[in-house]
Amino acid sequence: MRTVMGYLLPYRVRVACGVALKFLAAVLELELPLLLAYIIDVCVPSGDRGAIARAGLAMMALAFGGAFCNITGNRMAAWVSMEVTRRLRRDLYQKTESLSCAQLDGFSVSSLVSRLTNDTYHVHQMFDKVQRGGIRAPMLVLGGLILTFWISPPLALVQLAVCALTFFTIFAVTRRGIPRYTAAQTAVDDVVRILRENAAGVRVVKAMACQDRERERFAAANEAARRAEEDAGCVMAAANPLTGFFLNTGLVLVILVGAFRVNDGVMDAGQIVGFLSYFALIQNATLGIAKVFVMVSKGAASAHRIEAVLTAPEDQRPQEGGPAAPWELGMENASFSYLGVEKDLDGASFTLRKGETLGILGPTGSGKTTLVSLLLRLYDADGGIVWVGGRDVKSRERRELGGRFGVVFQHEALLNDSVYENISFLRGLSREAVIAAAKTAQAWEFIQTLPRGLDTQVDIRGANLSGGQRQRLLIARALAAKPGILVLDSADSALDYRTAAELRRALRRDFPGVTLVIISERVASLQDADRILVLEEGRITHQGPHETLLRDCPRYRDIARLQMGGARL
Amino acid sequence: MKRSLFRRLAPFLRPYLGALSLLFLLVLASNLLSLAAPLLSGWAVDAVGVHTGGVDFPGVFRNVLGMLACYGLSALLQYLVSARLIRVGQGISRDLRRAAFARMSQLPVEYFDTHPAGDLISRICYDVDTVNATLSTDLLQLVTSVLTVAGSLVMLLALSPRLSCVFLVTVPLSMALTSFQMKRLHPLFRRRSGALGALNGFAEERVDRQRAIRTYGVEAADLRQFEEKNDEASQAYYRADWASASLGPSVRFINDASLAAISMFGAMLYLGGALTLGSLSSFVLYSRKFSGPIREAANLLGELQSSAAAAERILDLLDTAEEPGDRPGALPAKKLRGEISFDHVTFGYDPAQPVLRDFTAHIPAGSLTAVVGATGAGKTTLVSLLLRFYCPQSGAITIDDVPVEDYRRDELRRRMALVLQETWLFGGTIAENIAYGTPGATREQIVAAAKAARIHRFITALPQGYDTVLTDGGDGISKGQRQLLAIARCLLSDADIVILDEATSNVDTETERAISEALEQLRRGRTCFVIAHRLATIQNADRILVLADGTLAEEGRHEDLLSAGGVYAGLYDAQWTRDT
Repeated sequence: MRTVMGYLLPYRVRVACGVALKFLAAVLELELPLLLAYIIDVCVPSGDRGAIARAGLAMMALAFGGAFCNITGNRMAAWVSMEVTRRLRRDLYQKTESLSCAQLDGFSVSSLVSRLTNDTYHVHQMFDKVQRGGIRAPMLVLGGLILTFWISPPLALVQLAVCALTFFTIFAVTRRGIPRYTAAQTAVDDVVRILRENAAGVRVVKAMACQDRERERFAAANEAARRAEEDAGCVMAAANPLTGFFLNTGLVLVILVGAFRVNDGVMDAGQIVGFLSYFALIQNATLGIAKVFVMVSKGAASAHRIEAVLTAPEDQRPQEGGPAAPWELGMENASFSYLGVEKDLDGASFTLRKGETLGILGPTGSGKTTLVSLLLRLYDADGGIVWVGGRDVKSRERRELGGRFGVVFQHEALLNDSVYENISFLRGLSREAVIAAAKTAQAWEFIQTLPRGLDTQVDIRGANLSGGQRQRLLIARALAAKPGILVLDSADSALDYRTAAELRRALRRDFPGVTLVIISERVASLQDADRILVLEEGRITHQGPHETLLRDCPRYRDIARLQMGGARL
Repeated sequence: MKRSLFRRLAPFLRPYLGALSLLFLLVLASNLLSLAAPLLSGWAVDAVGVHTGGVDFPGVFRNVLGMLACYGLSALLQYLVSARLIRVGQGISRDLRRAAFARMSQLPVEYFDTHPAGDLISRICYDVDTVNATLSTDLLQLVTSVLTVAGSLVMLLALSPRLSCVFLVTVPLSMALTSFQMKRLHPLFRRRSGALGALNGFAEERVDRQRAIRTYGVEAADLRQFEEKNDEASQAYYRADWASASLGPSVRFINDASLAAISMFGAMLYLGGALTLGSLSSFVLYSRKFSGPIREAANLLGELQSSAAAAERILDLLDTAEEPGDRPGALPAKKLRGEISFDHVTFGYDPAQPVLRDFTAHIPAGSLTAVVGATGAGKTTLVSLLLRFYCPQSGAITIDDVPVEDYRRDELRRRMALVLQETWLFGGTIAENIAYGTPGATREQIVAAAKAARIHRFITALPQGYDTVLTDGGDGISKGQRQLLAIARCLLSDADIVILDEATSNVDTETERAISEALEQLRRGRTCFVIAHRLATIQNADRILVLADGTLAEEGRHEDLLSAGGVYAGLYDAQWTRDT
């Protein structure tokens, strides 16, 4: 809560002004009954019509002043809440960008999105409501209590006891309510998950004609959410009637105690009447505080979730690394495990000089993508050394690595933006550079046939393009900034052989000095590499150029023979 | 709220009308009880009297007990009402979400290509939530306020009809002011919901692209774009807030001004002898009772506005046109032979840009037919048309000599099993994912299918085996393994036509070899339609269709096409040409 509250600090003057205005408005409004009493108690008996008119006009002026102060105060509160939330959301997003991939996995993407949207919304509501109503109510309770003590301390003690009981009730109910709200939030998360799955898998669901099953699945989650929210709501619904009843019981007690004191001759009946009117004032204000309290506890739950991200320790700081080496890329005995159970990469060692090509081949799940992730420092190796540009990656800023690589990932999806922006990818590259990259990536030809060329809008997940077109746009993106190191992870899987071959030719022509890492299932894509790694269950079983592997690695030989039809090895 | 909006919501409120009218009676009773209590307290104070030692204790006790009973009963009723109302509100929300989802599952696929999931989620979850908040709390307050105002008004009229004339001015004035402000606020709140929806959609997309964003080191530019959306949403939020900030206080002002007017005129009337002092003070007391609820109601109007905007977004989703349904008298598709023909089919997602041009091809029942061609030649489009995701602009597609449009759509789709480029897994167990599309499959059948798809060993190596729950759409599972699961899913179904769309492109060569054995089994008695780039896997196809520029360039068997030396031969040679 403290980190989030800290966002209010720069606006303390505005907050103070807004609160002061709300305070002033309350004072002005409280003056109204006083003037009213003045008219009835003083002016009317004296029959002074002028004084009546003057007092009436004064009331109007006060009412106008109150309205003005309230509107301005509300607007200031709205501005501060908006500004605080805007900055909070921005910082949260920035922090999300700086989290390491391991941390991203820990929070999970959907949870981070919900923190950015849902939780910041709750915090916004909290700031707004607290500024608008959080001052008036406590002020009235405090003022009322002081005045009642002045009238009759014993009766005020009754009142104090009732107030304490009321707050205790609110506290107890909220404590039962909050975990139920959390449970309800989890149930709603399930609903969101099914929605997201259905949006993403619409083709499969329809192709299998499983809409009815999906509706059932959704209905179950929907019903669970309804039950959980109802449960939470019904618990919280007890708060108002209970506190109302306690406060009213206090009223009864005041009359009862008052009756005895009047009987004993220590107080007037008139004082009871006066006391009762203040009591009503305090009662309303207490209920107002209860409302703010519920709002704050909801907002606090969200603030905690936001803070968990904001205060996450900075992972992957540059640290002292191993010795420098003449390798552009390399590993020495590098190991990594995503979950810490099984080694996804186990003791990998290889080296590659600048301008050389590395091929990686291996079955599904053998650690190819993991190896690349370590080179990019998306994750840090658990053991061993990873070199990029002659230095241990651990000694580098992640940002520093960013500009060196062009990467096509296996799972990447396009942005819902123009073709140009998908290639330039937020780097603000010139159209010439984008077109040149598209040409090398064999994408320019089809881009030209699109209705608006480079400015054609790409649908969500690139749905208006074919698999091969999407892949070529991603390759163009990787090439566009002329990186020194190019990583193509299964970048040819949706390309026909001819396009793939033309791509390789164009790469050699346009990127003569580039260091290339190719992960592919196709021997044809790998055969010209200076070094090919054959991976199996996280280990490099063989490495060497095509010819050597054909001779020494039976697996490689089998695959090559199968793919090339055995014809022309 | 606009009337049309209310009328559109009415079907969802109707089932709860009985419960709502009962609630109305309960609210009435609860309010009467809480109005009676002050009366009793007055009598209790009267019973206390003003003399030392002269307190009428039995009287005090009687009235005090009455008060306790009133307050107790009123609290109980209040609880019952709010609990009941929460149930009603939640019921309505559930119905709305269910209806929205039902509509969503009937929308054509292109809707999902052009609408971010974040926006859909925003409508079905958050907008429904906003409407619910209004139904279960705001409405109750509004009814209570109206009741109190009505009760007080009756008392006021009884006390002094002449003085009540003040309200003839102020009440219509408040109403006019509020309706004016509501009209002004409506577009602002709609913009606010829209901007928040856009921000959510953006966050959904970009948080999911973090790996690429950090690889290219473009965090700063990404943050700038986020900031743009964030600023837009914040501004829209603030503008709506700024405008609605005046709603409560301005109504309150009219109210307070009327109090001042009443005090003045009342005092004058009293001096003129037209009113007693007691009536004047009662009148003032009641008119103050009047002001609280009016103030509350005015504050609620802001909430109602944002609810109306939310309700509109849900209802708009419900009104989106769904996929065209089956034509009357559509044929059942129980068992198909699987003979497919494309007859002069022309189609483009954008009609001006045809992907397929006058495409004609025949696929005999039970054959293994492969489609090859350069990327973007229209291979995937063929599958989309076959599955009736889209309709061709001209030409016809027939299965067993019946146009696909004449079958019942869902039954037709169920006769086809497919493995797409991207495998879709949902958050359930692996067994459930394999059995998807085959309800009632036994565990033995599932395991057999997994074994045939060569994914059994991978599954049993997982800690929970077949009961492993996939989270986040099976994020931890590699693309190849996902495809093997999809193949198992396909093997399990009893479809007559099998469609593999680049299904083997992400499985390593060894697995691919194993799969081709499994497919050999699957092929028996089925028509098999394969889109593949590895020409090695389709050499034994009965027929290969070569697509170029949206038309059928060549067709025939592997050897024939090779010796013909056309497009296919060029593609085939490319796969082992050394590039140097």
